[in-house]
Amino acid sequence: MSTSKVKMVAPPEGVVGEGFFATKLNDVVGLARANSLWPLPFATSCCGIEFMATMASHYDLARFGSERVSFSPRQADMLLVMGTISKKMAPILRQVYEQMSEPRWVIAVGACASSGGIFDTYSVLQGIDKVIPVDIYVPGCPPRPEQIVDGVMKLQELVKSESVRRRSSPEYQELLASYNIK
Amino acid sequence: MALENTAIQEKLVETFAGDVFNFQEERDIFSFEINAKNNTAIILFLKNDPELRFHFLTDLCGIHYPDNPIDRQFAVVYHLHNWYENKRIRIKAFLNGENPEIKTVSNIFLTANWMERETYDFFGVNFIGHPQLKRILNMDEMVSFPMRKEFPMEDGGRTDKDDRFFGRTIDNC
Amino acid sequence: MSELLLPPEHRYAKIIKERSNEDGSELSILNLGPTHPATHGIFQNILLMDGERILDAEPTIGYIHRAFEKIAENRPFYQITPLTDRMNYCSSPINNMGWWMTLEKLLNIEVPKRAQYLRVIVMELARITDHLICNSILGVDTGAYSGFLYVFQFREKVYEIYEEICGARLTTNMGRIGGFERDWSPKAFELLNTFLEEFPVAWKEFENLFERNRIFIDRTVNVGAISAEKAMAYGFTGPNLRAAGIDYDVRVAQPYSSYEDFDFKIPVGKSGDTYDRFCVRNAEVWESLSIIRQALDKMPEGNEYHAEVPDYYLPPKEDVYHNMESLIYHFKIVMGEVPVPVAEIYHPVEGGNGEIGFYLVTDGSRTPYRLHFRRPCFIYYQAYPEMIKGALLSDAIVILSSLNVIAGELDA
Repeated sequence: MSTSKVKMVAPPEGVVGEGFFATKLNDVVGLARANSLWPLPFATSCCGIEFMATMASHYDLARFGSERVSFSPRQADMLLVMGTISKKMAPILRQVYEQMSEPRWVIAVGACASSGGIFDTYSVLQGIDKVIPVDIYVPGCPPRPEQIVDGVMKLQELVKSESVRRRSSPEYQELLASYNIK
Repeated sequence: MALENTAIQEKLVETFAGDVFNFQEERDIFSFEINAKNNTAIILFLKNDPELRFHFLTDLCGIHYPDNPIDRQFAVVYHLHNWYENKRIRIKAFLNGENPEIKTVSNIFLTANWMERETYDFFGVNFIGHPQLKRILNMDEMVSFPMRKEFPMEDGGRTDKDDRFFGRTIDNC
Repeated sequence: MSELLLPPEHRYAKIIKERSNEDGSELSILNLGPTHPATHGIFQNILLMDGERILDAEPTIGYIHRAFEKIAENRPFYQITPLTDRMNYCSSPINNMGWWMTLEKLLNIEVPKRAQYLRVIVMELARITDHLICNSILGVDTGAYSGFLYVFQFREKVYEIYEEICGARLTTNMGRIGGFERDWSPKAFELLNTFLEEFPVAWKEFENLFERNRIFIDRTVNVGAISAEKAMAYGFTGPNLRAAGIDYDVRVAQPYSSYEDFDFKIPVGKSGDTYDRFCVRNAEVWESLSIIRQALDKMPEGNEYHAEVPDYYLPPKEDVYHNMESLIYHFKIVMGEVPVPVAEIYHPVEGGNGEIGFYLVTDGSRTPYRLHFRRPCFIYYQAYPEMIKGALLSDAIVILSSLNVIAGELDA
């Protein structure tokens, strides 16, 4: 019928009838969240430059519902930590994470954010998971834009299947407590 | 008329006698040592002399030589550049290992301000008269000076990296 | 609020106390950074403001201090390019080539002409991407997002060329002692020729979008001006110095890698303001394109891409398996048993932002005894507080963009 390449997101499993569609709340919320992840780019170094390429016309992160880059932590869903986080920077990263409202997800983009990368030195934090919980790790030094996009897609999968009650579950509280986040 | 090494040397020796020594042409840069106590006078002279005109401080950094005798354990290295004649020189001033201090040149070259702070941060060289001598790259709370040779590169507090599993010993890494 | 930011004995507190205005308004303190979205990098400035106007600024840096110099002291010579890559990541091939040239100066290696020309091409490509990022981001900061989206396509084209040469996009780790790790493929030259055809059209359009644009001119002319004397005293080099009117360029003053063979102009500005910095960078892109064309025209015949220095240049892998001599050289290089002269070297190259210097002290071992990078961003960023004094807050952002301070290079 139509030759358009535009692919709509598939609806979740449910019961279709005449004039209605019934499904689980979890799935609907997950679908909505996954396709409107507002990124907060926390770019410090090289990976930030690759993120610029990801945002720009060629790779276009906007295709995944991340058109609006939210520089305010309060309105962001997805914290993208790109680049080396030094020990001097760590408290600031943590503060930014604390300022984000739930639900919040974190992607560690690049080797430095994931593990400290090649900078195994006295001044560099060896992976941001020392200070904040991380959902997705994207390898690479720096990762190609395709990899960053892949990381975002992986996160979308995660978000889709997340229960609406997860954030108030005792496991999640325990996780935050282990990072000493209130 | 290019500025000759010998001309620079003659002028300096004439004015400062024994405070400048060890002249040599090292690869493409003319370099010499100075007495650290007289560094500001020598650099000011190099900058303001109508013939020498070394008006641009390209670089300033420190070096740590822990194996040297105690009064030559630190060096502060200045790279000066004369753009009129396109001539570069390197000046080295050796400092005492226990109490490394030298007068600041930040009032001669504005650009030396942060370079000296960086050198202080890395080596703990005290630049006397510096307007704001505090750490610049590392955290203010840090007590040691990381670029000194005895300071380890890696963070000692790591738990995820057991050297036994990486075939690393103290000698081979 | 201000107590949270600064201790009560801070010099700002005194100024605020002394200068309460008659109408009851008072000075305020604003913390800009370190992760402010407008600053494109990790810079913190604590500003003392009178309304929208900046009276004083106190920069804090070191938020991505990664200890390059300490790592370099623990790395064999040929493993240092990953560090130089990540220093100024907008133009990493220039840093890499600078480092190899430093080593070649140390080891007295003569690089074949063809490899030198290839290096010139790749360095000028890096300069183009560096200036492209700086100018398009300056456009974004003055409200023109479309320019950024348009020219960034061409940065991808340059990255495709890099990929063809060395396999990586951003942090290239390109080159070896004496030349390149492999010869450039015909595809690389093909991509390069396409780029040389397509890019000038786009860059001309980009230029037209800004050069006589009323809004852009209002935002940039006489904003963040710095005099030639001041710029020199602060150690400016590169486009920021040339915008102030001094035609100092390492490529001309101390030609390396056969830059003396090419005919190019050094664009200079007059007032050293943001607009001049923009124009100088624009003009330099045109010069870079011309240098690349000249290098392609003059490219010597043959396929020499590295110097014959078996002591330092790894033999091809097939030979290592089948040839005793190659195996020995391979072993010697990898195990670091090749003698290195004891010397002190300073080698400058013209990087994207100015003179990048490598001060290398060796003691005969396989690692540098001390390696100091002269990082232009670190040196000229100290003039920033002075440049924004009296400017509006929005101008401070534009000035920072036009200086093109790269956080990785600033903090080392």
